Amino acid sequence: MNDQLILGGHAFNSRFILGSGKYSLHLIESAIRDAGAEIITLAVRRANTKEQESILDYIPQGVTLLPNTSGARTAEEAVRIARLARAMGCGDFVKVEIMGDTKYLLPDNNETIRATELLAKEGFVVLPYMYPDLYAARALVQAGAAAVMPLAAPIGSNRGLAAKAFIQILIDEIDLPVIVDAGIGRPSQACEAMEMGAAAVMANTALATAGDLPLMASAFKNAVEAGRKAYLSGLGRVLTRGASASDPLTGFLRD
Amino acid sequence: MENRFFVDGSHLSAHALEKKHRLETDPACRTDPMAYPAGMEQISSDIMEKVLSETASYDPQQYTARDVMAALEHPTCSIADLKALLSPAAEPFLEQMAQRAKLETARHFGNTVYLFTPLYIANYCENYCVYCGFNCYNNISRMKLTMEQIEHEMQMIAQSGMEEILILTGESQAQSSIEYIGEACKLARKYFRMVGLEIYPVNTDAYRYLHACGADYVTVFQETYDVQRYSEVHLHGNKRSYPYRFDAPERALMGGMRGVSCSALLGLSHFPKDALASALHVFYLQRKYPHAEISLSCPRLRPILHNNTIHPSDVTEKQLCRILCAYRIFLPYAGITVSSRESETFRNGIVRIAATKVSAGVSTGVGDHESKYSGKRPQGTVGDEQFVINDDRSLAAMYEAIREEGLQPVLNDYIYL
Repeated sequence: MNDQLILGGHAFNSRFILGSGKYSLHLIESAIRDAGAEIITLAVRRANTKEQESILDYIPQGVTLLPNTSGARTAEEAVRIARLARAMGCGDFVKVEIMGDTKYLLPDNNETIRATELLAKEGFVVLPYMYPDLYAARALVQAGAAAVMPLAAPIGSNRGLAAKAFIQILIDEIDLPVIVDAGIGRPSQACEAMEMGAAAVMANTALATAGDLPLMASAFKNAVEAGRKAYLSGLGRVLTRGASASDPLTGFLRD
Repeated sequence: MENRFFVDGSHLSAHALEKKHRLETDPACRTDPMAYPAGMEQISSDIMEKVLSETASYDPQQYTARDVMAALEHPTCSIADLKALLSPAAEPFLEQMAQRAKLETARHFGNTVYLFTPLYIANYCENYCVYCGFNCYNNISRMKLTMEQIEHEMQMIAQSGMEEILILTGESQAQSSIEYIGEACKLARKYFRMVGLEIYPVNTDAYRYLHACGADYVTVFQETYDVQRYSEVHLHGNKRSYPYRFDAPERALMGGMRGVSCSALLGLSHFPKDALASALHVFYLQRKYPHAEISLSCPRLRPILHNNTIHPSDVTEKQLCRILCAYRIFLPYAGITVSSRESETFRNGIVRIAATKVSAGVSTGVGDHESKYSGKRPQGTVGDEQFVINDDRSLAAMYEAIREEGLQPVLNDYIYL
């Protein structure tokens, strides 16, 4: 089955995007392998410039780097970080993360839309991390985003699809890939997001807080694949109590 | 055991000794600690009032084991919960608090631990703070580094691999002017990704200038939030102004700094109240400045040169650990720094529970990095230390120790924007 994730003209076979910022560098390689991930995020602000071990040393060839703009509080700051990432040789992908709140780390949609427009014009493949708001998502499409990345729940909370109803609206209404980011705490939640029609799922804390990180990475891989297959196969009818009365309500109608 | 802070150096003249003794024994000759002397900016803020009124009404004895258990079960920790966790009733719950704190730390920071080192560029001081090695009456070797010496020190530190530096001075605007500190920040930007400052409190425009010079974080310890105690241990100098110091983190943020760090110096006063006030100071700052990165430290009193009897009173390691767990549970998003005032064993353990940043390769003296890092005898004079450190591990040793705890040491998580 040819079912690829297309982002900005690039095709990927895996629909699981791996975060990297919350666990040990030496686990990155096995996490990528066991998750079957082809995209890994990278906080530009954390990339070492000196001789110490760098995350880049741990990422195998062929894996696409998705540098993020964490630390940016405004669109202009995000643009500067994205340019820095490009200059460091991280390619053209950028995940826009703009937060003006250090407590909940919720994305600032207004600044994110501005940054997306600026970066898309500079030729970046822009993946904006956003609060799942339909108007903001439409504005991001207009601004030139390659996908939208709504949060499922507050970052790091492992609470799962708290914003499920709003993410479903984005999936239904937005023509770009919808990648569910932040808050996914278990493989079952990732699976559910994929069943809903999400194009991909991203996770970091869920793996970082697991007892066995590579094993959890492979659990996510399987869950994302299962959810995707379920979505593609068309979920069957789910009977709810009373919804299928033996005596049909419309039985009185004549031809 | 009571702390004995007063020490008369033989270098003091009869006149100086007389003034010192008068400050120590006659409260009437001291200035009003709640006043703002000329030149000190007064901002409009309600944070101090909120912190002081919450702290004043806090009676740690009121809380019971039931309150502590309830606090540990609540998904988000309220101010009332924090008060329970800092109360004596929480002492038997240390392990449960540590478990919860570890979970919160992992959620917000993963397994990362940040590393930094302090650089003292001058130890002149015009304050008489009775517990501090730099106090103006203490007979220590004073020194202020030249820009060439500062650059040399920075090169030594940068060679060790360090990417974050905290520049410190004693509190003497005459010896260590704002311009002098600003020039040091500009030099630091050449060698380090992140530059923090721990200097005397300044006005908003000076913070703005220092930010433009490359500094982005400001640490100001209130030492104690108890006004009465504050006035008993800060007997002379600009530091006597309690509110000017209290507002310093806010002025720093108004001046454009990305982050600030606050804390009491534990051991100076009743610790449940000082810990409560420290946490609330951070809490209210974050509410007012949601974009700011706010962190906490937890220094405990240490012996100083000419007074090795100074100790952190009733703040034992277990109490300190409990305070840090309470901080973490109440402020899951805040960075927590543990300095070399604490032992190797304590720091190895606390990074697994609550701390997110530790210092390494530390000297609290002035101009002695080359001798400390290379083992060579110091060339020329060096300035004496602010306090006696407890953990003298190098960056390399600290890095390895953190890895051995199963954690990821991080040298930089920052871009100057």
